[in-house]
Amino acid sequence: MSLELKNVTKVVGVETHIYQTTIKFKPSGFNVLLGATNAGKSTLIKLLAGFEKPTSGQVIFDGNDVTGINPQKRNISLVHQFFINYPHMTVYDNIASPLRVARIAQSEIHKRVHETAELLQLEKFLERRPPELSGGQQQRTALARAIVKQSKVILLDEPLANLDYKLREELREQLPNILEQRGTVVIYATTEPTEALLLGGSTALLHEGRVVQFGPTSKIYHAPNNLIASRVFSDPPINFALVSKCGDYIQLDDLVWPITGSLNSLKDDRYIVAIRPHHITPNRMAEFCVSLKGKVQITELSGSESIAHFTLGDRSWVSQAPGIHQYSVGEEYEFFFDPEQCFYFHESGSHVIEEVADG
Amino acid sequence: MKYRRLIPIIYILFLMLPIYWLLAMSFKTTNEILGGFSLFPQRWTFENYYTILTDPTWYWGYINSILYVSLNASISLIVALPAAYAFSRYRFLGDKHLFFWLLTNRMAPVAVFALPFFQLYSAVGLFDTHLAVALAHCLFNIPLAVWILEGFMSSVPKELDETAYVDGYSFPKFFVMIFFPAIKSGIGVAAFFCFMFSWVELLLAKTLTAVEAKPIAATMTRTASSAGYELGLLAAAGILTIIPGAIVIYFVRNYIAKGFALGRV
Repeated sequence: MSLELKNVTKVVGVETHIYQTTIKFKPSGFNVLLGATNAGKSTLIKLLAGFEKPTSGQVIFDGNDVTGINPQKRNISLVHQFFINYPHMTVYDNIASPLRVARIAQSEIHKRVHETAELLQLEKFLERRPPELSGGQQQRTALARAIVKQSKVILLDEPLANLDYKLREELREQLPNILEQRGTVVIYATTEPTEALLLGGSTALLHEGRVVQFGPTSKIYHAPNNLIASRVFSDPPINFALVSKCGDYIQLDDLVWPITGSLNSLKDDRYIVAIRPHHITPNRMAEFCVSLKGKVQITELSGSESIAHFTLGDRSWVSQAPGIHQYSVGEEYEFFFDPEQCFYFHESGSHVIEEVADG
Repeated sequence: MKYRRLIPIIYILFLMLPIYWLLAMSFKTTNEILGGFSLFPQRWTFENYYTILTDPTWYWGYINSILYVSLNASISLIVALPAAYAFSRYRFLGDKHLFFWLLTNRMAPVAVFALPFFQLYSAVGLFDTHLAVALAHCLFNIPLAVWILEGFMSSVPKELDETAYVDGYSFPKFFVMIFFPAIKSGIGVAAFFCFMFSWVELLLAKTLTAVEAKPIAATMTRTASSAGYELGLLAAAGILTIIPGAIVIYFVRNYIAKGFALGRV
């Protein structure tokens, strides 16, 4: 199954929701749409599902233009962020409903519903109604209804966003197994960079109605081709600062570090450096590190990592380090980053190295 | 502090008193009612009820009322369901104004419409039919039903519609098989309100009918003036008029509050 958008735009009133976009999704496995709220993820999903028509351009399934075709005839499945099930039907009837509408034989329905329910651990609840289930079970019911059809395209619009943390992790781990069907394109919208990384596959980074980069998830994580892409694909937000290159050195306020590898060919100018929070750590992670002495303003501890927001001069930085580090707010600490791990962009936002530019 | 409980009790007694009085009267003879003051019927009689249930001029009043009320509720719902769906799901030019304008139809006294309806229905030959009353009552019941249903429909997420389309339901199938059950309490409440207003409305019903479709409320008032004072009979008719309302309200008792808030809770 191939799925593409050709020169698609979506304008509502005077607002442009999607600027001209051409994207060819990977024919199987996960295609993650990653972007903040209002970046255009849901609009893209609606265009793919057929609830909305693009203002211009085409939606193409398997080489056929489906732009004007109803959702009913597109052979797609959809799971929303909110737990949407048919409240008056039992879980069994919910899962069976797309098959019944398609007039599939009763015995076949029975078999497929039970297979799907087993896959999603819903057998115990088949006779209950969705309002009697927990959020996780309701969303699993919605997922079951989406995959029982064995459609060619599965659209997931932030399916885990409304679940509590534990359920989310659990279901996220299971999702790749559940959705592993031959020839199914999965489009998965999320606001969380970590979710994209965990799911793998390919990722399209969206920002204000534009796809800023599309490619294999780990590749675009390690090589964002522009400043916006690096910002979209970073949580906590990526650090960036204006630096100048003078000969063999990069200068940022009082800090100076030697240039590395590929920057040799650049002319002396001002550039933007971007450093991921987890590359700024309280320990030296490499032989040569740049040291930042900053005053800690805010700290966040999660079970496995420590986040510190600190200021140096009038710049703010974020550090994200594995393990537990005790910072006292207001105290000065030394942080390090490895200049090898930095991304450099032109002031215009494009990446300094052109080869990387095409994901 | 213990007197505090007395307040609601007194209030309820105060509310129930006229209904009790009506009930007591319906078991008395007219002579006893006119003869003096008594809390209970001295001589129980079922004669009044017997007359109503056997005399066609009486029981046809009930049948007529029930006929046009049901007709009105059906028409109102059939018209209001698609209208409410449109208001709830689509944006179109002037939708908010139109929606508000609907409600303003309820703001004029019914008497204003009595004359035009009378003239119009006489001209087209609808006078003294059940349909005439049912259609006239649509004037204020359809806007109400639209408002109530719109509230209930808007509390069903739009994503339910989308999910059903993706699952392969056509629009009519979705509407009947998925959407109807999802708003069935709303439909019940809207039907109840249509019933209630149509059942208690007297002026239009009386003006637009003569013999064939004469409602019970009209029968009651006319009997009082023509055949002398048949107070016992009237009381029994009153009790029988309350009963359908009580039965209908029982079925929607859990949703009435939401209905009074026009589905917006």
